Amino acid sequence: MGTAVANTPWCVMVILLPLAGALVSFLWPRRSVPLGLVTALAVPACVAGLGWQVAEQGVQRYAVGGWGAPLGIDLYADGLSLLLLLMTALVGLGISVYSSGYFERKTAAVFWPLWLFLWAALNALFLSADIFNLYVTLELLGLSAVALVALAGGADALIAAMRYLLVSLLGSLLYLLGVALLYHSFGSVDIAILAQRVEPSPAVWAAVGLMSAGLLLKTALFPLHFWLPPAHASAPAPVSALLSALVVKASFYILLRLWLEVFPPSDAAVGQLLGVLGASAVLWGGIQALRQARLKLLIAYSTVAQLGYFFLAFPLGTSIAWKGALYLLLSHALAKAAMFMAAGNILRCCGHDHIVALDRVAKRLPLTLTAFTLAGISSMGLPPSGGFTGKWLLLDAALYTGQWWWALTLILGGLLAAAYVFKVVGYAFTPAEVSHEVRVVPVRMEWTALVLALAAVLLGLGTPWLLALLDIGFPFDSGYAG
Amino acid sequence: MTWDSSLLLLILATSLVPGLVIFFLPEERVSLRTTLNMAGAVVKLVLVGVMIWGVFHGQQYETRLPLLPGGLDLVLHADAESVLFVTLSTVLWLVTTVYAIGYLEGSHHRSRFFGFFSLCVTATVGVALAGNLITFLLFYELLTLSTYPLIVHRETEEARQAGRIYLRYTIAGGAVLLVGTVWLYDVAGSFDFTHRGVLAGLDDADRAALTAIFVLLIAGLGVKAALIPLHGWLPRAMVAPAPVSALLHAVAVVKAGAFGIVRVVNDVYGVEFAASLGVTGPLAVLAAATIIYGSLRALFQDSLKRRLAYSTVSQVSYIVLGIAIVGPIATIGGLVHLVHQGVMKITLFFCAGNLAETLGVHNISDMNGVGKRMPWTMAAFTIGALGMIGVPPLAGFITKWYLGLGALDAGQDWVILVLAGSSLLNAAYFLPILYVAWFKAPPDAWPAERYWGRRETAWALLAPPAVTALLTLAVGLLASAPFSPLQWARFITTQEYAP
Repeated sequence: MGTAVANTPWCVMVILLPLAGALVSFLWPRRSVPLGLVTALAVPACVAGLGWQVAEQGVQRYAVGGWGAPLGIDLYADGLSLLLLLMTALVGLGISVYSSGYFERKTAAVFWPLWLFLWAALNALFLSADIFNLYVTLELLGLSAVALVALAGGADALIAAMRYLLVSLLGSLLYLLGVALLYHSFGSVDIAILAQRVEPSPAVWAAVGLMSAGLLLKTALFPLHFWLPPAHASAPAPVSALLSALVVKASFYILLRLWLEVFPPSDAAVGQLLGVLGASAVLWGGIQALRQARLKLLIAYSTVAQLGYFFLAFPLGTSIAWKGALYLLLSHALAKAAMFMAAGNILRCCGHDHIVALDRVAKRLPLTLTAFTLAGISSMGLPPSGGFTGKWLLLDAALYTGQWWWALTLILGGLLAAAYVFKVVGYAFTPAEVSHEVRVVPVRMEWTALVLALAAVLLGLGTPWLLALLDIGFPFDSGYAG
Repeated sequence: MTWDSSLLLLILATSLVPGLVIFFLPEERVSLRTTLNMAGAVVKLVLVGVMIWGVFHGQQYETRLPLLPGGLDLVLHADAESVLFVTLSTVLWLVTTVYAIGYLEGSHHRSRFFGFFSLCVTATVGVALAGNLITFLLFYELLTLSTYPLIVHRETEEARQAGRIYLRYTIAGGAVLLVGTVWLYDVAGSFDFTHRGVLAGLDDADRAALTAIFVLLIAGLGVKAALIPLHGWLPRAMVAPAPVSALLHAVAVVKAGAFGIVRVVNDVYGVEFAASLGVTGPLAVLAAATIIYGSLRALFQDSLKRRLAYSTVSQVSYIVLGIAIVGPIATIGGLVHLVHQGVMKITLFFCAGNLAETLGVHNISDMNGVGKRMPWTMAAFTIGALGMIGVPPLAGFITKWYLGLGALDAGQDWVILVLAGSSLLNAAYFLPILYVAWFKAPPDAWPAERYWGRRETAWALLAPPAVTALLTLAVGLLASAPFSPLQWARFITTQEYAP
């Protein structure tokens, strides 16, 4: 048994399984829901297998078809990719369960193949060992995400989807240009090989600029965030959840890999610039979230703010700061998925999501409101949530390196988050002037949101374990150090 | 896991588990809910009794759970100071649970209420048992969050606004506390609570930074302790139901802040080191100013609960004052007031709740002759009020005696003036209430009277204030008996000050 688990190429399974699920559910639309659910249960099991392998045997490198770099496709799994795979598996399972209650049969037949395909693309992206495969998976991810946004139908959704498509293509195109420049200069697209060969030159700087710009656009870092709120807010609830929780993380992951492993150490000014943009995102996103009248837009702007935190690690540059940013990324995935699901439940129940007209949601959907609040607690960074751990590590790094102004940003961001979360919670207790008719929300939709939110809040208690996992092949001590 | 290390977890679980179960109980399961509440409260009391015995005999109780890299653990730890606060909240929780069951009979959302009520008590006990600042912070924030649904419990626009103000103050306070905590970790590298402080041992500490951190920590804690100018949330939070005002706003929440200040001064900085930094003097002045200001504002409130709230603002600062005077006798006075103020103020709030619930009386101007209609309630109120003024042999007298003696001992004679002025003001805002209640003629009809048969009100509403009024009397009369709050405060002080 032990050797069977040890010898299974789990990294391939993790990609093939959702891909197969997507195909089968596309061919057999009437059974798409059970097929999708079985796939969603099997993928976390495969990720667990891979996790066992990485924990036992260290970093995994698998040559698909036995060719190996530079000819074939290599898959690469270290602690960082594993962490993101785990996050995707957990949130993905939640989204699958939620969706099985959310969609009508007709939409479900379209949703499941697209979602499982997107899942496969995400997993492949986190396991890619070269920058060209990263491009391919990023493009597949973007296209399936655009299709999912359009799923809601209606003019708003289509306009948002179209804009999303253009942004997505532009981002990938910029990235691809950078890949071409690097390949031309160094004759390889493999990350490990590039890491040894790359030396500062005008071509490299051009590639750095192009690739970073494309990825920042896709990560929606302020001021390139304009496309995110309409796209995330107009999609159906499970799609909003997967876009905010998972898809934006993919381009950030690529950015991290490139900055830490491929690009030569640059001067500190670039790190500071990214930090300033991140801080602006935190503050601007928070203020905008507070000003929104609709719940889903509020949550979408909250994503803009939370994405900003990840970039605070660039000017700090210490290993603690990277770990803090990654911890925030992880807890944001859980919390934001839960928040969008809660918003979906409220929308289903009340028929609208205008914040001031939330009519006694505390009484009608207590589990949903609890889920929203718990997810909010993690976004604010109160203990013992994962958000707290992440912020603590970043605060520690900020004070340690003497850059206290980043600490100020973290605190202000937390206060803004508290303000917009409790604005919603407050109105959920009071009755609205006009009472709406109430529709029933399936129990599983309420519980999924709650379980994900609870996971976000309790994530802080698993810090020692998760940070130990991240230390396997941790690239951050050697690379760029601000 | 041994008995010694699991005892503290069990003490937390006795309110956490019933609370979580109660959330899922349907409204109409009254008897099951009551049983769960009471069983939790009684079992907690027994376990706390075991703990007191152990701590008195030098037993160490500690539970650790790794939280963050760099030796940052979640630590539950029982020392003499935690015992004082744990016992206070456990005893008063039991009493308040009885009261709340009576008070909320037949009202809506009781499962939600009792669920969050139990969470609040868990958080308070956690604050008391926290063994380092980060654990303290965890429970301090939990207390903020679990109190919020109780403030907005009535689901009115006014309640929502009060909740908003409450969160604005407390979340900002929590954020400031967090900054102070991280910074302290950065400077000192550790902050487990220890007798005489962890910082005193640092030789080359950056004194300016430590002073700034002290200011941050006190500002963060001062919000809940209602030090001026951070007290604004407390009078507004009085829209909550009476049991919430009684236990939480008069005892748990404000005490969590005051207790935190005690911890920071005594067990993080160490009294002597804090005095050498020169931070205790300003803290004493701030506390004195709060004492006078709160009393002055109380004078002009007609709403009974608001007057009591401003009285809380004033009285809680006695604790801070006692610590900040720096001297063993004053410290005893401050620590013992942690218990005394709780017992007296909860009595007063119970009585205010009884008047509101039974007669619909909310304002002092409506209290004419209320003593004739509700003699037992007003008798309890009278004991509480006289205790607050500091009439011997009641609880408040003991506090003021030790504070005054301690101030003289430490050479800070100005404190006597503050104490005298505050006692006068206490008398000025409590005695008129007693006068109208006992000596004026009752009106023909009360604003909203509920008929309870031959008794003045329900048993569950009457017994709790009677018990706490007796306690007010007992802790004063029996102050020199073993295990009295005063003796326990002496026991703590011998550990904090070098012999």
